[in-house]
Amino acid sequence: MKANITGPATRDTDLERSQLEAELAETWKTPSGLWAALATVDHKIIGRRYILTAFVFLALGGILAALMRIQLAQPEARLIGPDRYNQIFTMHGANMMFLFAVPVMEAMAVYLVPLMLGTRNIAFPRLNAFSYWIYLAGGTLLWLSFALDMAPDVGWFAYVPLSGPQYGAGKRADIWAQMITFTELSALAVAVELVVTIFKQRAPGMTLDRIPVFVWAMLVTAFLVIMAMPAIMVASTSLILDRLVGTHFYNPAEGGDVLLWQHLFWFFGHPEVYIIFLPAAGMVSTMIEPFARRPAFGYLALVMALIATGILSFGLWVHHMFVAGLPRLGNSFFTASSMAIAIPAGVQVFCWIATLWDGKPVFATPLLFIIGFIVTFVIGGLTGVMVASVPFDTQVHDTYFVVAHFHYVLIGGAVFPLLGAVHYWFPKITGRMMSETLGKWSFWLIFVGFNLTFFPMHILGLQGMPRRIYTYQPDMPWHGINLFVSLSAIILVAGFLIFFLNAIRSARSGSVADDNPWAAPTLEWATPSPPPSYNFARVPVVSGSHPLWDCSDGLAVANGLRTDRRELVVTSLVAAEPQAREASPRNSIWPLWAAIATTVMLIWSIFSPWAVVWGSIPISITLIGWFWPKSIPEDES
Amino acid sequence: MRRATRLAWVVTPAVLLAGCDGWQSALDAHGTSAVSLKQLIILIVAVCSVVWMLVMIALIMALWRNRRERPLPVTPQPSTQRRMTATVIAAVAATTVVISGFTIMSFFATRALGIGGNDELTIKVRGLQWWWSVEYFGARSEERFETANEIHIPVGRNVRFKLEGLDVIHSFWVPSLAGKQDLVPGRANELIIRAEKPGIYRGQCAEFCGMQHAHMAFLVIAESPDEFDKWINAQRQPAVQPSEEELAGGQRTFLEKPCAACHTVRGTAASGTTGPDLTHVGSRKYIAAGLFETTRGSLAAWIADPQTIKPGNNMPMVPLTPEELRAVSAYLASLK
Amino acid sequence: MKERVALDLSKLPLHGMGTASVTWWGTLAFMLIEGTGFALVIAVYFYLMSLAATWPIDAPKPDLLPGTLATLILIASLVPNVLMSRWAEQQDLGKIRIGMVVMSLFGVAPLIVRIFEFPALGVSWDTNAYGSIVWTLLGLHTTHIITDLVDTLVLTTLMFTRHGNNTRRFGDVQDNAMYWNFVVVTWLPIYGCIYWIPRL
Ligand code: HEA
Ligand code: HEA
Ligand code: HEC
Ligand code: CUA
Ligand SMILES: [Cu+2]
Repeated sequence: MKANITGPATRDTDLERSQLEAELAETWKTPSGLWAALATVDHKIIGRRYILTAFVFLALGGILAALMRIQLAQPEARLIGPDRYNQIFTMHGANMMFLFAVPVMEAMAVYLVPLMLGTRNIAFPRLNAFSYWIYLAGGTLLWLSFALDMAPDVGWFAYVPLSGPQYGAGKRADIWAQMITFTELSALAVAVELVVTIFKQRAPGMTLDRIPVFVWAMLVTAFLVIMAMPAIMVASTSLILDRLVGTHFYNPAEGGDVLLWQHLFWFFGHPEVYIIFLPAAGMVSTMIEPFARRPAFGYLALVMALIATGILSFGLWVHHMFVAGLPRLGNSFFTASSMAIAIPAGVQVFCWIATLWDGKPVFATPLLFIIGFIVTFVIGGLTGVMVASVPFDTQVHDTYFVVAHFHYVLIGGAVFPLLGAVHYWFPKITGRMMSETLGKWSFWLIFVGFNLTFFPMHILGLQGMPRRIYTYQPDMPWHGINLFVSLSAIILVAGFLIFFLNAIRSARSGSVADDNPWAAPTLEWATPSPPPSYNFARVPVVSGSHPLWDCSDGLAVANGLRTDRRELVVTSLVAAEPQAREASPRNSIWPLWAAIATTVMLIWSIFSPWAVVWGSIPISITLIGWFWPKSIPEDES
Repeated sequence: MRRATRLAWVVTPAVLLAGCDGWQSALDAHGTSAVSLKQLIILIVAVCSVVWMLVMIALIMALWRNRRERPLPVTPQPSTQRRMTATVIAAVAATTVVISGFTIMSFFATRALGIGGNDELTIKVRGLQWWWSVEYFGARSEERFETANEIHIPVGRNVRFKLEGLDVIHSFWVPSLAGKQDLVPGRANELIIRAEKPGIYRGQCAEFCGMQHAHMAFLVIAESPDEFDKWINAQRQPAVQPSEEELAGGQRTFLEKPCAACHTVRGTAASGTTGPDLTHVGSRKYIAAGLFETTRGSLAAWIADPQTIKPGNNMPMVPLTPEELRAVSAYLASLK
Repeated sequence: MKERVALDLSKLPLHGMGTASVTWWGTLAFMLIEGTGFALVIAVYFYLMSLAATWPIDAPKPDLLPGTLATLILIASLVPNVLMSRWAEQQDLGKIRIGMVVMSLFGVAPLIVRIFEFPALGVSWDTNAYGSIVWTLLGLHTTHIITDLVDTLVLTTLMFTRHGNNTRRFGDVQDNAMYWNFVVVTWLPIYGCIYWIPRL
């Protein structure tokens, strides 16, 4: 670090291109070595880590799914006992939702949003590093507890009283609750970074109507996180209090209430599913442009649909509680609001189809995943509309029909776009293309395998098969379909296996990618693949919604930034007019220390309330270390 | 309506496939509300299938239309843009119509579900980890009795189930008769069921309630009013006193061992309430919440080692000699 | 990709204040998170109240004195706080130093009153759901004060070091003042809930 801040500041204006790049690389670099890797605050390195970790959790969660399918393939199977099975499906659900689906979307955003906005790093890069460590710690906690046979066994929504002090013995439910704290903390941190990055760090000229739709989707998602996650924080904290210090929030004998938990959980839980789905929808809107070779039809409609879904999502939570005994006619209000979501969802589907209609589709793997997404997501959405009907739901709630619904929307609606997105952005992230042949194989296996696995579950549900049962008796008419489902899952797993192989192989030896291999219109493709540490040697200036499609006379850029200090442009909220050459923090190890201190405190507090008191001392120390100014150019003003 | 139904058969052969099965299926409906729910389900599924097919047709046509390669991005033409805007608006309007229809249908169907009758029979069902306690009432207080895991109801009469969760949340669900309803600790929930055809309908707990959630089944046996009266009168009687020596020995063992601390056998000193009432256990089709058919052998197997058969359940293994075991199971089997 | 320079940014300031500062927006976002959390806990309070036959459940009404005293202190603290924010805008280091010390004291004072406030609730957290929710409300807000106090103390120290005279720090002081306003404002509905709702 440079201690001297008085020397003459270097400006990019006076520099040759090669010298400019060398100086920027020096200022923004993450040196090699373990220590530097732990201290880095580069959003690309952290984003890559985040994505990789999330995919590891996908594979782990998938292996649990495979175990469940083996167990359920025949009646009265003895492979897995009830206790293990309950841990496994809870782990599968919690892992997929909290450690895979939500983080992976935020991870993609951590990597992509700053590039798509034409800025050099995410806002609050140290918070970003902190958030990754906390996420890693939460995931490790959950999986370690599984290895120790102490994993939560109360379902991914951990209803009380089953998870309460009286019936949830041991520390299993506490581990669930504390895993929630970890993942929510990291998700909230990323949400704040994204909001501020999108509000304040857009390239000059990127007015609100020029923001890529994916970035809009992440903005809405970040607001959903900010407004919804506190509900689960309140829920999990009060659960821990009930379990640890004897409060009575959920104890009906002392004035508490069992359904309070469900209200709090689903007030978060329903927005949660759109926290997963909206980024995926945004990816589709953004990816469809290069493959339809046409600007997305209905930009305004797409953005309004995202916002409308976000707002509506806070008014539907009761549709998860239709049979809990709330006044049935009052429930009908939630039928109406749930069904209303079909309108923004429909708007998006119709706009995508219109885009393809008027475009010239290029059938590369990402487009295949988009098509597969539309086919399956519409099924999942329509079954969503079905279960939104109170009377319909009384027959299918908590059955395999609902299991089918949510895998259709989660896998069909979110994982398909995500896999498409990985194929699409892979060259940007790694500098290499993924294999199209393997890509197409994995698409078809996943698409066919997915539908064969999950479609029959609708029938199982209607035939009366409840979810979360570790086995069923031979006289129930379910074994045929269950066997079929389990066998089909082999195709699905094979597809995922090829996807993983393709990604690993291509990262090492795929063909080298250009800056913009798909001839795409957004800013991340204006910089080399993979991007340099400073993202853009000169910050782009935007005058349209498809900068790389409307720049026949070269990309407009800005100069005048200093190279000796990590400098980026802060622009105004609406018009994106430049306001300041703000400094972006340097690498620091303190976020890691802070994360470790937080982890110790959180895990300790499962066992003793005093952990909160004593544990916050090291946290404060690390935070002071983090924020204390260090007399570097970045501290100038 | 007939056309819609026919369409449903065509577009969802899967539903067809499932039309004729077992005794625990929403598609094999024999209760008033289950029948109307089935109609609603088929109608909504049919409409949604049509919606899906229309979207797919649009998607396929969109992909088919312009497949030749073109290097440059397409510049939107105002006239196409206008046409597409109009089409999208029309599709959104159609969506609104469909979902409004669904909402209104659901509203009226929901209202119909909650309507009871004036000749109701009231039965109280309590959910426990992992069995069902069932309580019947009568005009006089000594007509009240309890049984477990098997509920008899008269055909053609509204039965009001008062549902109570005693430990955690459970859910009462007999798909062939009606939709489900949770049993929530601290809250009084109700469900009205009317069977239209005599038969044995299986139900199963539908809310995850811990280790043995998978084995928390029960039977609803709908019978003619005469048979029902016969059954209820028999159930109101205390347990038969054993006549044979072996059975009497079984009863003695039952009363001396911890069994009596958890189970009630009316007419004897056994009056525990942690476990199912066993007064007429021999008359029930299944034991242990649907796990085995009731026979002397299955009773013996259960009593000998409940934890291997249903791991985690709340009945401990009580050490008995082979003779005691034989006698106790014979005694329980005789409690018709 | 071919580039052409279209904009010169060299005249821009090295740091923006107020809405031009990313930390200002970050503080706002965290306030939104915490505000949502408080709103939810208050919603839980009303939810439990709506289920209870009597409210408070088996407990006397909380004693008004300490809570009202804390409220008065908090409201009074707004005066130096607003002044401080203004001094920070004028970048007047001397006054800021005095202001920060005053604000530190104003952070400690309500905490001292809090020590008496918990027993004044007249119920323990493990008596019943009413006790649980009022303790949680009060506990949450106390944590809120403590975190802001620690922040204020660190910033005060900083203002007396060589790092103090820096626009960036003045921005931090402003954000800190904004956050303290938030701490005070969130207290008012909580105060109403804990002390006045049971008296209605
Ligand atoms: C990505 C995740 C995701 C998404 C996008 C959705 C989308 C929707 N979900 Fe789903 N849902 C889950 C994830 C998701 N869900 C999960 C995880 C659960 C279970 C949790 C658990 O219990 O473990 C669940 C459970 C769940 C329930 C509770 C069921 C029960 O437990 O009994 C309900 C009830 O209303 C519901 C409804 C809906 C609706 C109405 C939509 C709508 O948003 C769908 C809108 C989309 C469309 C309708 C398709 C596109 C529209 C058109 C093509 C226009 C034409 C349409 C019409 C004319 C209708 N969902
Ligand atoms: C994004 C979320 C997500 C995803 C991707 C999945 C993916 C899958 N899920 Fe999951 N599921 C949930 C979210 C998700 N699920 C949730 C929230 C629940 C509810 C939990 C609860 O009730 O609490 C649930 C519950 C659930 C059940 C019901 C359990 C029960 O109620 O008893 C079942 C049963 O079949 C199931 C199956 C599957 C299968 C077969 C996959 C497959 O798609 C998985 C395929 C992926 C892989 C297999 C990984 C990749 C492959 C490799 C790395 C190769 C190596 C692996 C092998 C050799 C095996 N899931
Ligand atoms: C600590 C309490 C306890 C003791 C002691 C106990 N039981 Fe049980 N018993 C239960 C419970 C609880 C169940 C329900 C288990 C389930 O289905 O999950 C049960 C179920 C049964 C059933 C099946 C009833 C039905 O309708 O499904 C029989 C028969 C039975 N017990 C007999 C006995 C005998 C005989 C003994 C003594 C040797 C005994 N029990 C001791 C608690 C107990
Ligand atoms: Cu009882 Cu599940
Ligand atoms: Cu929902």
